[in-house]
Amino acid sequence: MSTLNERHTLAEQVAQAMGKSVYNNVEAHKDITPRLELQQKSPKLMTLEEAIRHSGLKDGMTISFHHHFRGGDKVVNMVVDKLAEMGFKNLHLAASSLQDVHEPLIEHIRNGVITEISTSGLRGELAKEISHGLMEKPVVFRSHGGRGEAIASGELHIDVAFLGASSSDPLGNACGYSRSENAKSICGSLGYALPDAHYADKVVILTDDLVPYPNTPNSISEHDVDYVVEVESVGDSSKIASGAIRDTKNPRDILLAQQAAKVIVNSGYFKNGFSIQTGSGGASLAAVKYIRQSMIDQDIKASFALGGITAHMVKMHEEGLIERLIDVQSFDKVAAESLKNDSKHKEVSACEYASMNEQGAATHYLDIVILSALEVDVNFNVNVLVGSDGIIRGAIGGHPDTAEDSALSIIVCPLLRGRIPCVVNEVTTLITPGRTVDVVVTEYGIAVNPARPEIAERLKAAGLKIVTLEELRDRALSVIGNPAPLPFGDKVVGVVMNRDGSVMDVIKNIVE
Amino acid sequence: MKRLRRTMMFVPGNNPGMMQDAYIYHPDSIMLDLEDSVTMAEKDAARLLVYNALKTIDYGTTEMVVRINPLNTPYGKKDIEAVVKAGVDVIRMPKTETAEEVIEVEREIEKVEQELGCVGRTQIMAALESTLGVVNAYAIATASKRMMGIALGAEDYCANLKTQRSPEGMELLMARQTIVVAARAAGIDALDTVYSNLNDMETFRKEVELIHQLGFDGKSIINPRQIEIINEVFTPTQKAIDKALAVIAAIKEAEKKGSGVIAVNGKMVDRPVVIRAQRVIDLALASGVIKQEDIA
Repeated sequence: MSTLNERHTLAEQVAQAMGKSVYNNVEAHKDITPRLELQQKSPKLMTLEEAIRHSGLKDGMTISFHHHFRGGDKVVNMVVDKLAEMGFKNLHLAASSLQDVHEPLIEHIRNGVITEISTSGLRGELAKEISHGLMEKPVVFRSHGGRGEAIASGELHIDVAFLGASSSDPLGNACGYSRSENAKSICGSLGYALPDAHYADKVVILTDDLVPYPNTPNSISEHDVDYVVEVESVGDSSKIASGAIRDTKNPRDILLAQQAAKVIVNSGYFKNGFSIQTGSGGASLAAVKYIRQSMIDQDIKASFALGGITAHMVKMHEEGLIERLIDVQSFDKVAAESLKNDSKHKEVSACEYASMNEQGAATHYLDIVILSALEVDVNFNVNVLVGSDGIIRGAIGGHPDTAEDSALSIIVCPLLRGRIPCVVNEVTTLITPGRTVDVVVTEYGIAVNPARPEIAERLKAAGLKIVTLEELRDRALSVIGNPAPLPFGDKVVGVVMNRDGSVMDVIKNIVE
Repeated sequence: MKRLRRTMMFVPGNNPGMMQDAYIYHPDSIMLDLEDSVTMAEKDAARLLVYNALKTIDYGTTEMVVRINPLNTPYGKKDIEAVVKAGVDVIRMPKTETAEEVIEVEREIEKVEQELGCVGRTQIMAALESTLGVVNAYAIATASKRMMGIALGAEDYCANLKTQRSPEGMELLMARQTIVVAARAAGIDALDTVYSNLNDMETFRKEVELIHQLGFDGKSIINPRQIEIINEVFTPTQKAIDKALAVIAAIKEAEKKGSGVIAVNGKMVDRPVVIRAQRVIDLALASGVIKQEDIA
């Protein structure tokens, strides 16, 4: 016979040997609150100030944000205002990107609240001030894949992540859209926020639609979330994503898109099962529209489209032309809605998207990418970050990641933007190295990297006009003359990191 | 090869960005405008811009046309002087009503050309934008040996006619046919009027099909997006190209043999057939559906 009582003594001996205690049935209790009520008492649910206090944030630590709400983002300003009010100093702000709307950061930098910034891009007044030398420490710029990798490897350690979400339950299951009737915002994929959610020491979800548990399927898991803060608004929907297909009517963009489409169709990579990504420029977005007809005519289907998902891609997916969509960022509301409703439209993290050390990163299996550029130089180097006036005005995005990983990278870029030449002798800032760029499409002809003679042959055979970048540069100069050199100072205001963690280039301050 | 004028693209003479970019869309002709798209206050500035555009920008083989202000305005003579000096291919006269106006413009062109030592270089085309102009079409078309074409300007013409434009274009039929007939009789080109609703490409295509069937050489356009449709309509079918190539081959064969009689598939080929075949080949070459070596 063996009874519970008899075995208790034995259990005590075993527990002692294991260094454990024995289960004490008396102290265990049962919560009998109805579960809908219990959710409301979730210990994670609190105000922003409480969440900041609980997180253990201290001066000098690193806070992080995502930019999926783009120009409509309210989270960065709301949180940093609060941190300033609470007296924090010397914080490192690590955002996946920053926009025009983040102009209030200028004051926080002046007041010493923010003393370090890491980002993919900078725009507007903030970018202008930083270009003129606002900060003591240079801004560190990383690509989306590079940022994911830096977070995963610990190179970019995040103490507290403040992540906006369009819906969350009281436990922190959060999405970039909402299935409730009270939905206030939608941004679709939260891909750039996922490394933060996974690796940050503490994670705060800010949401403008607190929904009942369980908010599934979810992007960010409760497992990664420490605090949930309900706020009035995480972002201005009208500035996050437009509802309609963004169809450019600019004839030059249309021309560039048509040329890019011809390059793709005749490149040798336009085969059943190919994969494609487009960048965010008007022309590169429109190119998809023009390969659609060729896909129908030649009965070619794509295995997946990556990105940067747009309404055009969603449409082609629904028509059966693109089998799957892999979405690190939804470019419009149609894409965001599709992510919510279509199981073949998959959300991926920045690491799964473009991290160089993640074997399964989608960019490694990408055939064709179409990207835009501020400048291309005669060595095929590309700049997408610093304007020809020396002022930071863009974002690295996934540009160097996709150019390097894809089988065929195509840059679409006008030769001239007004009086500004876009094919130049040497880029103002090196973002994407020329060895990773295969084709440059301009309105005055197509240049093919000499490392890819087979592509040049195929395009010539298709009747496309092939020129050299030197010819294009000379043509630009013949129209606009030689621009005066930029008045750079001696201070380093930005550092461009390659995705492998090495320093690629530095940005110097501009003097008026 | 005869110059094709399927598309003549209007570009405002006061817009440097558009003047700089116009070439990339490869219209057959670019028409820089000094007249209606430029306000009184900007006439001098636009003339200077157009002069410098013609001098500076490499437009390749595109035909360069400038629409000048009429000679009865304070700007007409200055426009002629500037653009002839800049080396323009064609001067487009607006609102032309009589042969005398053409002769007057020719006289002004000649003065400048004499100064430059290049008499006869500049061609003239006239836009007929009134009932009187249409009635005088043949006289205008033959007023000068510099005349390369006549064009319809439908908006003013319709106002003059006391009607307005319709999608079907019935009200323009007489003017269009008069212009094509006069141009053909004079041995010059006939160009159709602009279509300005960019949101209705369907009706635009129908209009292009109509004027193609009527015999026009091409059409004035206001936006690069219109070029593709015109080129599509004016591009010959493969069947027509094959037939034309056979005719041209037969001519070459006959020349080699020293024979005066040309036959294709046992049928005699007469002059109109040869002319039509040559035009089909020209259009096919221009639209890139065949290459020069295909003809040899």
